Amino acid sequence: MAVLLDEKTKLIVQGITGHQGQFNTRAMLDYGTKVVAGVTPGKAGERVHDVPVFDSCFEGVDETGANASIMFVPAPFAKDAAIEAIEAGVRLLVIITEQIPFHDCLDVITYAQAKGCRVIGPNSPGIISPGKSKAGIMPNHIFRPGDVGVISRSGTLTYEVVNAITDAGFGESTCLGVGGDPVIGTTMPEALELLAKDRETKRIVLVGEIGGTTEEETAQRAKKMRKPIYAYIAGRTAPPGRRMGHAGAIISRGMGTAESKVQAFRDAGVPVVEHPVEIAALLSATAS
Amino acid sequence: MKFYEYKAHEIFHKYGIPVPRGVLASRPEDLMDPPLPCVVKAQVLVGGRGKAGGIRFAHTLEEARESARAILGMAIGPYTVRHVFAQELLDITQELYLSITIDRSARAPLLMACALGGIDVESVPEDKLFKVHIPPLVGLQPYVLRALTKKLALPREIANQVSDITRKAYALFRAEDAELVEINPLAVLKDGRVVAGDAKLIVDDNAEFRHPEYADLPQDRTPLEEEAHDKGITFIQLDGDIGVIANGAGLTMATLDVLNLKGGRGGAFLDLGGTDDPEKVKQAFEILLKARPSVILLNIFGGITKADTVAIGVKVALESMHVNVPVVARIKGMNEDRAREILRGIGYPAETIEQAAELAVRVRARGA
Repeated sequence: MAVLLDEKTKLIVQGITGHQGQFNTRAMLDYGTKVVAGVTPGKAGERVHDVPVFDSCFEGVDETGANASIMFVPAPFAKDAAIEAIEAGVRLLVIITEQIPFHDCLDVITYAQAKGCRVIGPNSPGIISPGKSKAGIMPNHIFRPGDVGVISRSGTLTYEVVNAITDAGFGESTCLGVGGDPVIGTTMPEALELLAKDRETKRIVLVGEIGGTTEEETAQRAKKMRKPIYAYIAGRTAPPGRRMGHAGAIISRGMGTAESKVQAFRDAGVPVVEHPVEIAALLSATAS
Repeated sequence: MKFYEYKAHEIFHKYGIPVPRGVLASRPEDLMDPPLPCVVKAQVLVGGRGKAGGIRFAHTLEEARESARAILGMAIGPYTVRHVFAQELLDITQELYLSITIDRSARAPLLMACALGGIDVESVPEDKLFKVHIPPLVGLQPYVLRALTKKLALPREIANQVSDITRKAYALFRAEDAELVEINPLAVLKDGRVVAGDAKLIVDDNAEFRHPEYADLPQDRTPLEEEAHDKGITFIQLDGDIGVIANGAGLTMATLDVLNLKGGRGGAFLDLGGTDDPEKVKQAFEILLKARPSVILLNIFGGITKADTVAIGVKVALESMHVNVPVVARIKGMNEDRAREILRGIGYPAETIEQAAELAVRVRARGA
């Protein structure tokens, strides 16, 4: 059983008729994901890659029994779409959209928690259980089923790391992009707890970056874990006070520096590599 | 988006938070009728203005103008002071601290208050600090205000005013999409009034669509960063000389880090994001070229991004700008062979980030 997502997951694509929605629906179908419904208000009756489109998540869930949703809805409408999906009863909501106002994220995530819905993102590349299913935008071909769990705050940097892991002859159990925003539904420590409990995951790779204290909190949890954990932190040379592309990647008031995160991991006995692709070499060196 | 103090004052006033009287001036002679005595404060978006001499006291109009003359044009950090704010001098008997921020870990607004104001809140011992998370969907309830004023041991008259200000500050925090509302000090005056002695406000750039009036606020960006921002390009000027361009924020940061490990220094951070539209790539490259880098380090890991169309954008930009900056290109992804072909003669190809960073440092050394 993979984490959060498997071959039985029935997925809605919110914003399926847009460019990103169409493109990624194709890629997810190609990967074997059960995309059962699309939602775009006003477009009911259409089909995208043969997936039926509905006006709302309620209709999508009623007609298809969908239990998860992935959102490609523009930021100004994201809160509305997310609350609709939660109310319609999905248990997993993956939010790809970036630049959603922080206060909207606070509302959505708090509401989802109260309703028992797991949110991944926003500003996330999604989640993939290689060989089983993908609710995300990551490139299909870099993944291979295996036992390395990957948790990351980034998109393309994750692909780079995963590609190196796969090239080195390993494979991934689950790869979860928690999202580059400051306020996210599933934090890095929470994701670590999930992978620590997952039987298919034997080792865990963490890709962190500057901003906030999530890596420090993750390091605290890592201390108690038996599975080997490896980490990389991006942004060692980032100047303070600047948002480095991700809304969450900012050193403010002396908090969120790479040094602090590297130190926290080292204190917890988690090796930290200097180059992103060194992770693969480390996995090779420690593979028994 | 950070607000200048005077602008934050305006917003505070709009929400009914008492603020001292003040006037703004960009020239000394513009100070016609400042409240007297007053404190003349440099309007900058960075801290440390007091230490830099950007805060002066004045008792007469002449003194106020003299202070303005001394402060205007002053350099504080990387900024030149363009405005001063002359504010009524307060007769303060007690300074408090009040702030509301977003706690990323708790995923909730965090309300903090303490009876020691005017100081760095991080230096306040935990037991003196009132700290509580506000459930965003429920909002600030009166019991929180009762607990706050009790913790700060405020007499009833003051407590009522502080409660009222806190309520209004929270309303402002939510309605204006703020990341930070901070009043430090929240001043208790000799006459018993409580007013915001300072006003700090940062709002969320992502919420600009709800607050079109914020679009024109002056930002602490360089002119080139401003140009990039207007074009929707994530671009940050740094103090090195090698222009780093990659796709995705994390990968761009990582590329910068590896470059640094190899002894190079990034002069610009440009995140191309998910685009492979040659026109957008060209625009981004033009911005980067304007920063006059000695070498450009391009790192594309295209899962879905088409490498060849990125390469076309790069080529067109270099040709249209008539510049001859060496480009070290590491391109992986769809159609990467075609991308290499397109960049032949312009770029130095590399296979990995490490190789690319090493090469960029070597090419730079050769050019210098």
